[in-house]
Amino acid sequence: MVETMVTSQPDVLVDWSREEAPADMRTEEMLINMGPQHPSTHGVLRVVLRTDGELVLEAVPHIGYLHRCAEKIGENLQPYQFIPKTDRMDYLAAMNNNHVFSLAVEKLAGLQAPERASYIRIIMAELNRIASHLVAFGTFGLDMGAFTAVLYAFREREYILDLFEAACGARLTYSYITIGGVTHDLPERFIEKLAEFLDYFEPKIDEYNNLISYNHIIVKRTANLGVITPEDAIGWGLTGPCLRACGIKWDLRKCVPYDLYDRFEFDIPIGVEGGSAGIPHGVVPGDCWSRYWIRMEEMKQSVRILRQCIAQFPKEGQHMAKVPKNLKLPADEVYFEGENPRGQLGFLVVGDGSAIPYRVKARGPCFCNLSITTHVCRNVLIADVPAIVGSIDIVLGEVDR
Amino acid sequence: MRAPEEIVELLKREFGEVIRGAKMDSAHPWVLVAADKWHEIARFLRDDARLHCNLLRCVSGVDRLADNEIEVVYDLLSVRPCTEPAEPWVGGNAIAIKVRVPRDGGHVPTVSDVWPAAEWHEREAYDLFGVTFDNHPDMRRILCPDDWVGHPLRKDYEFPLEYHGIPASTEFGLKSPVH
Repeated sequence: MVETMVTSQPDVLVDWSREEAPADMRTEEMLINMGPQHPSTHGVLRVVLRTDGELVLEAVPHIGYLHRCAEKIGENLQPYQFIPKTDRMDYLAAMNNNHVFSLAVEKLAGLQAPERASYIRIIMAELNRIASHLVAFGTFGLDMGAFTAVLYAFREREYILDLFEAACGARLTYSYITIGGVTHDLPERFIEKLAEFLDYFEPKIDEYNNLISYNHIIVKRTANLGVITPEDAIGWGLTGPCLRACGIKWDLRKCVPYDLYDRFEFDIPIGVEGGSAGIPHGVVPGDCWSRYWIRMEEMKQSVRILRQCIAQFPKEGQHMAKVPKNLKLPADEVYFEGENPRGQLGFLVVGDGSAIPYRVKARGPCFCNLSITTHVCRNVLIADVPAIVGSIDIVLGEVDR
Repeated sequence: MRAPEEIVELLKREFGEVIRGAKMDSAHPWVLVAADKWHEIARFLRDDARLHCNLLRCVSGVDRLADNEIEVVYDLLSVRPCTEPAEPWVGGNAIAIKVRVPRDGGHVPTVSDVWPAAEWHEREAYDLFGVTFDNHPDMRRILCPDDWVGHPLRKDYEFPLEYHGIPASTEFGLKSPVH
């Protein structure tokens, strides 16, 4: 069934120079309000488009519709009480948020999670990375008008959510990884179930690629669109798949390894020129297709890490370090970043000797990634804006915090 | 990759008195610089080949109420390609730069022309702390509504009890939230 869906890779793309649109498309300027309630803005993002016919001259994003003062709340709660708030930042990668915040506080307080707990954390973080990239893949299909992708993506994500539910009882906001370790040890047969899932899931990625990634229409709509140069990407503070799509081999798990990531072998996929190695013709590094493709490749790498986790997983051990009930934070500060599915999530935690931090600042990757929108959405078609915003893959819960 | 101590030495040699202080024995080594020279220092940090701090990771405000000052913290990192093209890029030169300005009418020069990433971060610091960034291309609130009163992350911020007719008292009828 799948084979019949494989489209031949496009050999010639229309050489549509997006800088110079045909003169007959120019009319008079009009402001179009896209969002905050719009299916292709991934939540409550509002983009005001200054258009000229079908052409977008300027796109200005307006954010803040989901602002919940998470940082103010962080100044009034103990770190372990703040963990549930981190769930609600990037709610598609709650495990990763828990993980990074716990590591930041542990670094400040001088704590060290037991080895078994660290393995559990990495299993959860990588599973959540797959789940998050699945949603990105599915909704990117929706943005492009392909409804099938999201059904396939959610089918597989369901398995991961079942695994999370078995581990901690929650399916979206886990609060599972906490200061000093994880709240509960893994349930019985979790590792076997995880291995079953990996065996089931790995071949599916090729199915997605045949179904969506190489699809002629998807490639035509996303290749060579919204191209970000490596210099711009670093200048605008882009991280995660958006940065790697520009050809920059930068992944904190590899470049500045934290937790136990130095024990695993994996590659950093980067965006490359189309025409070889399974990349369709017309693709250039830093375009929408590359950003999308990086996520598909990263799922494979996460599967690799998970398989190594299973092999190395310690049979015995604690799932939680001894953490004082009223953990006092020293009068110091720490800035810690970890690699989330969408980029580098950073936490600045300032302590003042009491149990409640003086300041908690979250640097959301989506916030920085989204800030390049205006720069990229110049002289593109209106229908290209959902493609660009979709390929940046934002979660407004984290943009607005 | 340079240790934070080396970075401070370099900055001191280049700018002298303008470097107001530094703390190296911290989990977050930082340098305090004078606000009026910050733009110049930012350019140096980015363009000097020895430092090459091209990635602005984060800009955070901290309200130092006891000193009656607002602190703006810039977290910088240098990211460059490895000499071996197939290898991952190399990071290093991680340093935090702090700028302190008075709580009332504090002005910091913008660095959004040095690192475009600063544009939104500085808008956030303006919105939540009330620090004005001079020469910023678009100095508006970013997270709160345009007509919001006050800067919520200040330590002495008073919660509004009403916004456009929407009552905003806490669940116990108290004037500030209880934790």
